[in-house]
Amino acid sequence: MLTKDGIPSVEDLSAVTPPTKRLNQGPVAVIECFQEIPCNPCADACPSGAITMPGNISARPIFDENKCNGCGICVTRCPGLAIFVVDFSYAANEAMLKIPYEFCPLPESGEEVQVLDRAGKTAGVARVIRVQQQANKTTVLWLAVPKDIALDVRNIRRKMGAMS
Amino acid sequence: MRETDIAVVGAGPAGLMAAAYAAEMGAQVLLIERSQALGGQLVKQTHKFFGSRQEYAGERGFEIARKLMDRIENQPNITIWKNATTLGYYPDGVMTVKKDEKFHTLKPRKIIMATGASEKTLAFPNNDLPGIYGAGAVQTLMNVYGVMPAKRVLMVGAGNIGVIVAYQLLQAGVEVAAIIEAAPKIGGYWVHASKIQRCGVPILTGHTIKQAHGTDRLEGVTVCRLDEKWAMIPGTDAYFEVDGLCLAVGLSPLTELLWQAGCKMEFVAELGGYVPWRNADLLTTHNNIYVAGDVAGVEEASAAMVEGKLAGLAAAFSLNYQTEKFAAEYHEAKNQLNALRAGPVSAKVCSGLCKVMLGEAI
Amino acid sequence: MRIASHPILNFPQQETVEFTYNGEALSGMSGEPIAAALHAAGIRTLRHSSRYHRPRGLFCAIGNCSSCLMTVDGVPNVRVCVEPLRAGMKVETQEGKGTLV
Repeated sequence: MLTKDGIPSVEDLSAVTPPTKRLNQGPVAVIECFQEIPCNPCADACPSGAITMPGNISARPIFDENKCNGCGICVTRCPGLAIFVVDFSYAANEAMLKIPYEFCPLPESGEEVQVLDRAGKTAGVARVIRVQQQANKTTVLWLAVPKDIALDVRNIRRKMGAMS
Repeated sequence: MRETDIAVVGAGPAGLMAAAYAAEMGAQVLLIERSQALGGQLVKQTHKFFGSRQEYAGERGFEIARKLMDRIENQPNITIWKNATTLGYYPDGVMTVKKDEKFHTLKPRKIIMATGASEKTLAFPNNDLPGIYGAGAVQTLMNVYGVMPAKRVLMVGAGNIGVIVAYQLLQAGVEVAAIIEAAPKIGGYWVHASKIQRCGVPILTGHTIKQAHGTDRLEGVTVCRLDEKWAMIPGTDAYFEVDGLCLAVGLSPLTELLWQAGCKMEFVAELGGYVPWRNADLLTTHNNIYVAGDVAGVEEASAAMVEGKLAGLAAAFSLNYQTEKFAAEYHEAKNQLNALRAGPVSAKVCSGLCKVMLGEAI
Repeated sequence: MRIASHPILNFPQQETVEFTYNGEALSGMSGEPIAAALHAAGIRTLRHSSRYHRPRGLFCAIGNCSSCLMTVDGVPNVRVCVEPLRAGMKVETQEGKGTLV
């Protein structure tokens, strides 16, 4: 439950997940921002005007999935790392998922990684398609994940390797 | 005896902004910082900030600190004193400072206190063992000096500091066993909690520390559940083997100088402890003393920066310093604070601020 | 233990200096707090309390709490969490309150 552990419920998620028809058309953002906090970099960053925040900056973002082309700029800009892009048109059995990632070591393109759900539990295995490093250090990982877990996967399992 | 227009005590986000805006209006500013580096808590923040573009949203705290420091270092009206601890402020308007082992006396016409806040601690058996740190200490070790604070940590407190520092521990390569929080709900932003959960770190609300264990250093902690009356529930003990315990249990404003100066103070739990009464321009009941940042009430870095801007402008104006930008910047600062405090997550701070607000402003 | 790589931060290599801790030769980075150098070398106990000789280490790391007081170059009650390390410093765990005169 969001108020107890930050994990959104099925109801919370259904309100922000674009309809299946849109998911199958091509890449689109899923904005998992549920709380009214003073914050607007997503609306500021979106070049298509798909994310707006009329009124004060504490409002939740308003998302128009038809204006969104899944470019993923919002994924790297969101300070809460709460935005993901999913593309169900990627392949027959796989969706492309773009997630923000701020750990090292970074995985490599072509690598197979274990993927985790919102509670950090292993959800399955995915292939890293691209590691898109950014100047602001929020890397965007492009993962090919099985379609049946694409809406649950939100992280990859880290290799513990940052110590001297 | 050194004279100056405005003495700003503390060079964290509030103090840096106060000095910048006051000096840009034309005042002579002396910025006094007790540590060897400027930036306060901002230099330790590796996460991206919230707010709007005006508050540097999307930029990391330490990058914002660099921008603020560049701004004041290039400002000829600002004299910077580092390694300078403000010792006292006396009824005759004299401020005493120890700088580099020498004793200085100053007579500033106006003062902006931006001394911030310090970490609270928790009482439990063996809470003094090496390996038990305040959350800020862990951030300092990891993010400023590149030293691992421990191998495996339990975080106490799921307010913003607890959930942010837990994530930073993971980024530094430290294992986080869990975050425990005594209250039934988390106090931090849900997005911070979500980031940590998807890394497999559990957040256990309704839990508290019962005891720490270890001889020379921390080896483990016993945690237990609390009932709805905040009493420990027998038979719910759980042991965590950890070599680090991080207490993120709140901050208390550092107000000693305000007390000494005779400012009217009030205990406001929502703001972290004793805070000064102040008007909408951040002037206290002492005609020459303004406040900005966590010393005025524990809130967020974004609010601290805007309060610094407001106090800097107001203090300079009171000495008849202003440029043609004054009115626009003054109103912009007020609007920024209102925007930052408009949402439900600021309800607690707003109800606290109502209790210490004085009447007149510019 | 020092952090070798970090996803956001770069830790520039500083000048390494030698110092002693209770007679033992150690090294650290010039200018970092003594407590950071000791911590990197795995040393957590900085002093013992006066009455019950309880081990004490860092708590606040910002100079507020007095948990970290050690004797440095013969001077007691030095807050090693903020005191910068210099080459040749003689750092000793402090037992109790330390003698000023």
